[in-house]
Amino acid sequence: MQRVVMSTPTDEPKAIEVRDLSFSYNGHLVLRDVNISIAQREFLAVIGPNGSGKTTLLKLFLGILKPSRGIVRILGKEPSRVVSEIGYVPQDTSINKDFPISVLDVALMGRLGGAGRGYRYSAADRRTAREALERVHMWEYAERPIGRLSGGQRQRVLIARALTGNPSILIMDEPTASVDKEFQTELFEFLKKLNDSMTIVVVSHDMSVLSSYVKSVACLNQRLFFHDAAEITPEMIEMAYHCPVDLIAHGMPHRVFRDHEDH
Amino acid sequence: MLEAFQLEFMRNALLAGILTSVACGIIGTLVVVNRIVFISGGVAHAAYGGVGIAFYLGFSPILGAAGFSLLISAVMALVTFKNKQRADTVVGVLWAVGMALGIVFIDLTPGYGVDIMSYLFGSILTVPRFDLVLMAFLDVLILVLVVVYYNGFLAMSFDEEFAMTKGVPVKGLYFLLLAMMAFSVVMVIRVVGLILVIALLTIPPYVAEKYCRSLSAMMLFSTLLSCTVSIMGLWLSYSFNLTSGATIILVAAFFFFLAQVFEVLRERKWNRSESRD
Repeated sequence: MQRVVMSTPTDEPKAIEVRDLSFSYNGHLVLRDVNISIAQREFLAVIGPNGSGKTTLLKLFLGILKPSRGIVRILGKEPSRVVSEIGYVPQDTSINKDFPISVLDVALMGRLGGAGRGYRYSAADRRTAREALERVHMWEYAERPIGRLSGGQRQRVLIARALTGNPSILIMDEPTASVDKEFQTELFEFLKKLNDSMTIVVVSHDMSVLSSYVKSVACLNQRLFFHDAAEITPEMIEMAYHCPVDLIAHGMPHRVFRDHEDH
Repeated sequence: MLEAFQLEFMRNALLAGILTSVACGIIGTLVVVNRIVFISGGVAHAAYGGVGIAFYLGFSPILGAAGFSLLISAVMALVTFKNKQRADTVVGVLWAVGMALGIVFIDLTPGYGVDIMSYLFGSILTVPRFDLVLMAFLDVLILVLVVVYYNGFLAMSFDEEFAMTKGVPVKGLYFLLLAMMAFSVVMVIRVVGLILVIALLTIPPYVAEKYCRSLSAMMLFSTLLSCTVSIMGLWLSYSFNLTSGATIILVAAFFFFLAQVFEVLRERKWNRSESRD
């Protein structure tokens, strides 16, 4: 289930590599000259205000959108060629809660696609889906309709769905948006475990994603401000948010600002 | 009721109702969960353009409607794929243009006595054999395609973006869905007429959605409900000498309101038992 790359970091392809990326939508520039290089088993948090282009950046990583200029490489390849490497966990609000579908059927969706796959699920697919649901402690709800779960439970199912694809990169959009504080702590503990074998990218407008497990931080607001460390400089926030730092830093884990020299 | 169905035209009507119900149940379900009911209305009305052109050129109106609505559905797929919710203006325009074309072509057709009403309100009592065969063929085609691509349709309907990240050809499936919708619409026009298509296509799945836990169950439930509605509607229209298409829709509406009332009662009961705990 887990993939371990035994090569040395130097010849290992970057999990995500973005060069001179710009993206326009209807003549409106959403992203400008974005450059970022994310090593494998990195744990990156991208933060930025609403409308800063976060979701657009994710969709470019996922290959749903194509760059207007510049390139995106996932493990050295075009995003559309490595669909099985990426596990996408969308925002909970994007899920139609009235949809007649069970937890298990949602988890199984992670097995779609990939090279030469049809649209039938095999016994192995079901086994993988079960394992993933067990990992997030949702197997006992396997037959329950997706609409009859709490926000946190639904989030777990969406993570399980991403994990059934057996990805090496996990991409999450606003994972803390519709869950309570208790679940957030649990979530980041879980992500930390996954991070041993997986690259994780978390995108949010909410500073609370900056848990102590995050290894590096980038700020986005049309441009991307990135330092290859779990450190967020006042300048980065200032540029991304255009507002005084102390306002935003309030209540933020202090470790993000310090204590990460060992990285 | 049984003696009514000893008449050949009633047997044909019954068969047409059942054949249409299969397409309606399956495609109507996909239309409802993908929230493209308005697009199905647009295709249904635009199909009238095909009827008009067929009359003008002198070939089978049902083939004209099928071809034209297929064309319109492809155009609609193209303009609505990127943004399903905000493309309603374009859908509205195509809706009106299709109907206007139909009317103008029928005006241009020499002679008199084209039975426009049967396309507007259906003509289930005069379904020719050829149409029945065509309906059966379309049912089989739709059934095969939906079974083969079931998980792709499911993923697309539930979470289009996730499906895209898994390499599901979402765009292709969307075009396919609208094409199948176009064919279903043409079948339904025979039964209840193009003005009432939306009702028969969406009421059974709408009721089914509340009680089903999977898309396939919803398709089956909708098909059965649609069959029930068609048979009851036919029988009532025969017994009381009413327009069959409209009667079928009223029976469907009866089930729709029944489901609404039942839902409210169920919720109230649920709340009461919750507060007692």
